[in-house]
Amino acid sequence: MAEMTLLQAINTGLFEQMRKDKTVVVFGEDAGFEGGVFRVTKGLQEEFGELRCFDTPISEAGIVGSAIGMAINGLKPVAEMQFDGFMFNGYNQLTVHAARMRNRSRSRFTVPMVLRVPMGGGIRALEHHSEAIEALFTHIPGLKVVYPSTPYDAKGLLASAIQDPDPVIYLEPKKIYRAFKQDVPENEYLVPIGKAKVFYAAKDANLTVVSWGAMVHDAVKAVRALEAEGVRAEVIDLRTLSPIDYPTVYESVRRTGRLVVVSEAVKSFGVASEVITRVTENCFLNLEAPPVRVTGWDITVPLARGEYHHMPDVKRISYDIKNLMAFKL
Amino acid sequence: MIIGKFDPLKQQRFTVLDETGKIVNPSYEPKIDEATLLKMYRTMKLARIADIRALQYQRQGRMLTFAPVQGQEAAQIGTMAALHKDDWISPAFREHAALLYHNVPLENIYLYWFGNERGSRVPDDVNVLPVNIPIGSQYGHAAGLAYASKLLKNNQQVCVTYIGDGGTSHGEFYEGLNFGATFNVPMIGIIQNNQWAISTPRRKATKADTLAQKAVAVGVPGIQVDGNDVLAMYAVVKEAAERARKGEGPTLIEAFTYRLGPHTTSDDPTIYRKNEEVEEWKKRDPLIRFKAYMIAKGLLDDKKEAALDEELEAHVKSVFEKVEKEGPAVSVDEVFDHTFATLTDDLKAQKAQYIQYVKETEGK
Repeated sequence: MAEMTLLQAINTGLFEQMRKDKTVVVFGEDAGFEGGVFRVTKGLQEEFGELRCFDTPISEAGIVGSAIGMAINGLKPVAEMQFDGFMFNGYNQLTVHAARMRNRSRSRFTVPMVLRVPMGGGIRALEHHSEAIEALFTHIPGLKVVYPSTPYDAKGLLASAIQDPDPVIYLEPKKIYRAFKQDVPENEYLVPIGKAKVFYAAKDANLTVVSWGAMVHDAVKAVRALEAEGVRAEVIDLRTLSPIDYPTVYESVRRTGRLVVVSEAVKSFGVASEVITRVTENCFLNLEAPPVRVTGWDITVPLARGEYHHMPDVKRISYDIKNLMAFKL
Repeated sequence: MIIGKFDPLKQQRFTVLDETGKIVNPSYEPKIDEATLLKMYRTMKLARIADIRALQYQRQGRMLTFAPVQGQEAAQIGTMAALHKDDWISPAFREHAALLYHNVPLENIYLYWFGNERGSRVPDDVNVLPVNIPIGSQYGHAAGLAYASKLLKNNQQVCVTYIGDGGTSHGEFYEGLNFGATFNVPMIGIIQNNQWAISTPRRKATKADTLAQKAVAVGVPGIQVDGNDVLAMYAVVKEAAERARKGEGPTLIEAFTYRLGPHTTSDDPTIYRKNEEVEEWKKRDPLIRFKAYMIAKGLLDDKKEAALDEELEAHVKSVFEKVEKEGPAVSVDEVFDHTFATLTDDLKAQKAQYIQYVKETEGK
């Protein structure tokens, strides 16, 4: 075991997978020599050389496009988008090629690539550096999407993503890159793609909270503070956004009868919408109140000074939970 | 004619004023009136001082992340001084000097980097698009702005667009320039080759010897210019603008310059470049040679320089203090109301829900 931050866990995981599998290559804008603007890939070029860890010209379309070619022809590319808001330029390649190459070629050609994307807001960053666009990936058939919230899951999900036979979008909660440390096994372990985790469980729960990424921690803070008021919550960290682990969610909601989904993305057409729809379809008779989403609004992410109007925080999560708990049929 | 004479494929670079402020190409020295020269010098100084102070404010925790322009002022001032007031800028994100010359108030620039959208709301008579962070996308806008000028203004409104050396690796740079070339519109592309794309050196961005030669593939003239020479930049852009207004289409200009500061305040350039390199480029600081030129012209002396410094320092300080006072507050209206011309019913409901929440939880 070694204590490390989420960022160190990803870095350690990359070292581990590159040592184990010589076909793993890591690249992106500034990802080589200086180890990325967040230093997630720090030290890789030094150990593995410039052919396996390198800087690319600035071109997200080029990064994703060439990753697809590498993956088809025997490499395991782990490519980096420098920031979430730069993703759009690579999105064409991702959706029209990475996601459907297997289908188009009747599985003759496959794209076992990983695309790492630092995601989300709350760091007072520049414009286009604070997007919560996970739904743009989950909406595309053929892509798997993972979004760890702890160092342990970050390393285990990275190993699974790299070993997966299909393209995996690996979202990194940049707000909590260095927020806290956790014991992480030094040997390889896998956190399976498609399995949620009960992150926090009060006894005899009367509320299910579903979240992912950095927001999981705010959700836990909110429900713990509300325990004195009779809130006994189970907080589920989805960890994988596509495919979602519905059985874990249903099992919890069937016991608690109440659901809150917490996400920093815009309100409409998102992962939160999908979770609530599925629960409504499958647990309708167990519900004691209409499910609630705590999300951003349907607006462009404000710049740093106005971001707090948009991003849910512990206070807004608590407010919405209290209203939900007060609901009477 | 300058454009066409200096061949980027032969790595020829156009210079008028050398590092010491001496005219090395007298036949190309542009005729610039005194008032314009004074405005150019003044704006270069303003950009430099505003930059130095913003860096300090940022280190003191009073400013958020921002991208300093130091070292590239001549590439920008030379460009804008050669254009007309109603010409367009489709900027990248490191063009404060160009913006200041083209009448964007310093308050706007500071506000934007202070994290407030009000900074991007430029005055109605200023034709400058908001700072453009997604690399390369501004070139398409420039082609479109210039197309509208061709149809509606007989090519008399020129559109200048900027990009960095790293940005020229982006497909959208080519696509935008190719559109401009195909439409044959009044567009000028300025590549500020400042040698570094964050930590990635210019030689890793492309195998091409110059960036100006990228013009060849789309069939427009390209020229490499000493970007730290404000007179050379002025002379070339003047000619490019004349071509544009005559309906002869785009020109691509590579300003060979250097980013003296970090990429942004979040960047640590000591990781990837040597201090000796920076020191070498400091000797080629665009302000040194322009100052020498202004003194030789009799337009500047130590006393005038000191008075100018004092005046600009006071101006920068008062603007920042205003931004610091008014910049933090962002209203609920501001974050919602610019989504559409009229808020949709659903957005009105979301806004009302949020206002209700604020009211109920205020002070709690």
